[in-house]
Amino acid sequence: MQYFNIDSLSMIMTAVLAIVLLPVIIHSIIYFKDYKASVWERLVYFGAMLMLVAALFLGYVSSHIAMTWVFTEVTTLAAGILIYHHREELALEAVWKYVFVCAISVTFIFIGILFWSLAMLHCGCTDLSYASLAQHSAEMDPRWTRLGFLFIFAGYTAKMGLFPMFTAGIDAKDNAPSPAASMLSSVLMNLGFVGIYRAWAVVSMGECAQWGRVLLIAAALLTLFVATTYMVRVGNFKRMLAYSSIEHSAIVLLGLCFGRVGVTFALLHLVMHSFVKCGLFLHNGQIAKVYKSKLTADMGDYFNLNPAGALVLLLGLFSVTAIPPSGMFMSEIGIFSAMIASGNLWIMIVTTLFLTVLIWAIVKSIIKIVFLPREVSTAAVEPVHICWAESLTQFLLFALAIYVGYCCPDCLMNLITATSSMIF
Amino acid sequence: MKEILLILFIITLFSMAVANRMRNYVKILLIQGLLLFAISLVQLSDITVANLVWIAVETLLFKSVAVPMLLFHLINKNRITREAEPYLPHFASLVITVGIVAGTFLLSGVVGDELIGRVFFAAALSAIFFGLYFICSRRKLLSHLMGYIVIENGVFILTLAVGNNMPFLVNLGVLLDIFASVLLLGFLAGKIGDVFKDTDIEKLTSLKD
Repeated sequence: MQYFNIDSLSMIMTAVLAIVLLPVIIHSIIYFKDYKASVWERLVYFGAMLMLVAALFLGYVSSHIAMTWVFTEVTTLAAGILIYHHREELALEAVWKYVFVCAISVTFIFIGILFWSLAMLHCGCTDLSYASLAQHSAEMDPRWTRLGFLFIFAGYTAKMGLFPMFTAGIDAKDNAPSPAASMLSSVLMNLGFVGIYRAWAVVSMGECAQWGRVLLIAAALLTLFVATTYMVRVGNFKRMLAYSSIEHSAIVLLGLCFGRVGVTFALLHLVMHSFVKCGLFLHNGQIAKVYKSKLTADMGDYFNLNPAGALVLLLGLFSVTAIPPSGMFMSEIGIFSAMIASGNLWIMIVTTLFLTVLIWAIVKSIIKIVFLPREVSTAAVEPVHICWAESLTQFLLFALAIYVGYCCPDCLMNLITATSSMIF
Repeated sequence: MKEILLILFIITLFSMAVANRMRNYVKILLIQGLLLFAISLVQLSDITVANLVWIAVETLLFKSVAVPMLLFHLINKNRITREAEPYLPHFASLVITVGIVAGTFLLSGVVGDELIGRVFFAAALSAIFFGLYFICSRRKLLSHLMGYIVIENGVFILTLAVGNNMPFLVNLGVLLDIFASVLLLGFLAGKIGDVFKDTDIEKLTSLKD
């Protein structure tokens, strides 16, 4: 078909979507076992989930810039329904902010597409498919290319969780039910990545490549700065996980700026981050069940209350901070070495400084949850005991991330190589 | 003719900057809808009848009838008579709007493209940036919604610039109305109005770190 095409990038993303979806559905069923909901509420929840998955898939396989835009818009509506699942005041605030910010970001993307259509009209072409854009990238008017990329990039940052529009996503992940939040922080962020990646593929081949690289690096460093400042002081565990997602988005974005090697490792990082963050958000459902709270201050002594869950949390801590045996250790090393190879040592130093503070913040909270005793005032709340089997999916997801990081299967490596050849 | 209509459109932005009643905002949005229809009639010289009907539905029926009626209904229902004081006095608001319009005219002079008229580009960008400013400077959620509709009107003007060559972009732009409708319906369902009684932005500050 004219508007859809299955290429290497969409195959990677669809595979990730398929893998992540299974545990999400299992945990959605568990979620409805624990929290009573009417048939109608379940119907709306699973209907919205289905709509989200369909829109994500179609967004991944779009070969036309306007189609990616259309399905990005649909994901906003589906995600809005999922966020509002609890029907309470905080959820209403989150959904209003999310839909409003996403409405503006989607408008920005559309403005960018209009600017690019002007650039294409100058080349005497009215076809806005990615193939046609890439073909004309060298002759596109640089003024319109720059303005267009600026708006398209700013628009997709709301989905991918980058500076300047990351805020809506944080509230959304905080208020959505845990299985839905794990979709929002993995596969939905990947859709934002696909939008940015395909636009960057066009820009990186034209004469604005250097300008675009500066823009991406600036956005990534600002995102890291914001993620660091918030993570040090945030007291809500679920929000901390959401800020950790935008930190990883920034690392992926940095990878896109430093040659083929950087792009390859950025794609690998994105795949592993989807598995790890999905697992952590799914586990957050158990934590919320045990403590009936999202605040780190109310938690503690997790090793005695839920030993299997504590192991998940510790393994998740290693995975998300990219400490070996985490697979993300490999991809971060790869991205850093690409930075040094391209002679940008100072960017690597700044990034590692931010990461050091971030890792300190995550380690502090998780160690408190797992090992320290609970405070006297909250210890009165009777903890709920959890079956160890509920932690199984998270172990599998983390194991998958380690497997991908250390012995990446050939089929995935070939797809990633093919995808990275779209850039530069 | 086209330029006159576009300049009239820019003037509506100025009047929106200094209006202080919610009802006046709605009236200005209504006028903008009518102006957009007139501009698209003049600009899109070679479009098919089907496209023309589609644009008429979009600008006349949606932007000039449905949205203003719903907004009036909401204003009555929530008993909003005056705009809750904006963050800035009217004079400052007017100065900022002048700055936005002057800035976009300068920008369109710099960009200077034969495919898109200077006034066209300036009017579209003025509406987009004015809408963003309007959202930042007003307290009521309903005025945020109106700011979003102004941004959408700016985008509509921009689509008209390429409308003769790529009519499908004009049609796609209508999808943005889905958001305006969803946000409006959120109000209409009474949820936002009921939970946040004064529909002030101050009520939306519980989610923070």
